[in-house]
Amino acid sequence: MIEVRQLRKRFGDQQVLDGVDLTIEKGESLVIIGRSGGGKSVLLKHLVGLTHPDSGQVLVDGRDISHLNERELLAVRRKFGMLFQSAALFDSLTVEENIAFVLARERNHPPQEIARRVAEALEMVEMPGIQKRKPAELSGGMRKRVGLARAIIYRPEVVFYDEPTTGLDPVVSDSIDKLVVRVCERLKVTSIVITHDMRSMQAVGRRVAMLHLGRIYTSGTPAEMMASTDPVVSRFVRGISDEKVHTF
Amino acid sequence: MTELPAKVMQSLLAGLGRFSLMVAEVLRSLTTQRLSGRDLTSQLYYIGVKSQTVVLVTGAFTGMVLCAQTYFQFHKVKMDSATLAVVSVSMCGELGPVLTALMVAGRVGASMAAELGTMRVTEQIDALRTLATHPIDYIVVPRVVATMIAVPLLTAESIAVGIFAAYLVGVHLLQIDPGYSLVNMQRFTDHRDVLMGFIKSFIFGGIIATTGCYKGMHCGQGAEGVGHATTEAVVYASIAILMSNFFLTLLLTRLLALI
Repeated sequence: MIEVRQLRKRFGDQQVLDGVDLTIEKGESLVIIGRSGGGKSVLLKHLVGLTHPDSGQVLVDGRDISHLNERELLAVRRKFGMLFQSAALFDSLTVEENIAFVLARERNHPPQEIARRVAEALEMVEMPGIQKRKPAELSGGMRKRVGLARAIIYRPEVVFYDEPTTGLDPVVSDSIDKLVVRVCERLKVTSIVITHDMRSMQAVGRRVAMLHLGRIYTSGTPAEMMASTDPVVSRFVRGISDEKVHTF
Repeated sequence: MTELPAKVMQSLLAGLGRFSLMVAEVLRSLTTQRLSGRDLTSQLYYIGVKSQTVVLVTGAFTGMVLCAQTYFQFHKVKMDSATLAVVSVSMCGELGPVLTALMVAGRVGASMAAELGTMRVTEQIDALRTLATHPIDYIVVPRVVATMIAVPLLTAESIAVGIFAAYLVGVHLLQIDPGYSLVNMQRFTDHRDVLMGFIKSFIFGGIIATTGCYKGMHCGQGAEGVGHATTEAVVYASIAILMSNFFLTLLLTRLLALI
């Protein structure tokens, strides 16, 4: 469904992506792991068409989206839903208006249908009855759930998650992981999760790809990654820093 | 030695290019996309209705001080009754549109840059794009259209209040003859002066909104980036208004003479 070929991106002197090759099949649940600042979010933005690469291709259903203009990309993005790291809810709108954003903009859905689908989406993320609240009144976990409801209400084919558990306590993180799995199973969507949370990786991933030095270093099941004897993978999944290298 | 000016020039040209592309996208959106009445109304309320106090106070005091200064000079040569004519012509063609636009740039241009800048740094603009919505259609176009409608209306209010305030000061405080003053005002104030003010304020509205939106949508990261964008939006819009006013005066005087 999504194929990345030799993707390269440089910001100033830093080569963030240096020839990424990756194939994501329909219905797959893929987790991309890697060090902070290693280019995971940049890769995700390329997959959604938010950033244009210096070279390489991103093929969605066989069509290269890397050089489409913003208006052409809008139609492609209709297949995608995305949960941002900060949830990125629109401050000026209520929860209901945030979730119904796409449906309301399409102008061909009656208000009753929109209200019903918003209520369904909120049920799915276990946050019923908060339609009239403003994003500023929600906690971090609640914002992520509302962000996810907004991303799935129009039934996308692929849902992208950018660090869905970052900044949340372990209990809320676990509930978000379970929610990601449930959304994937119930809606039969392809899930692509960016994370450096190993617990989250094991909970939501069926396949894991590790981004290291701007390339996909290795991939496998979560169990294979946890049991890996490769020093780079092993140190990362166990959270052991290399003392010779500054990690911050 | 030549590296710094070259870099500055490169950055300036890149900025102008991005600004031109944004304006072109606004024009494309206006001709191909349907503008949401709800978005336009809420922007008109914020930009037009909420700016009235500041614009009316500015207009009133400008008219009053212009009347007093003109009177002090004209009184020396016994031309008291021409005072309100000068106020009227100046308010319609120059002071009304320019001062209203500068006040709106300070209030609305800054607010647009800060709001859009915050949306950018909190990934709300990226979120819009992932929700299959072009940021120009949803954020920029309603603001540009609303500002281009609101600024001429605010200018008309400012001119009317300015002339009325000048009349009160002139007639009741400075004892100018009201009859001669009104006749002279009507005699020297042409419909071309009013039309010039209207056209200028329409263009100034476009300058304020496009500058504010551009600075917000291309602001740097963090609170510092939003702060810089806000300041630059006001400074650049104000300079653009003052510079374009000069050229518009020359151009419109020629063009309107043909009517």
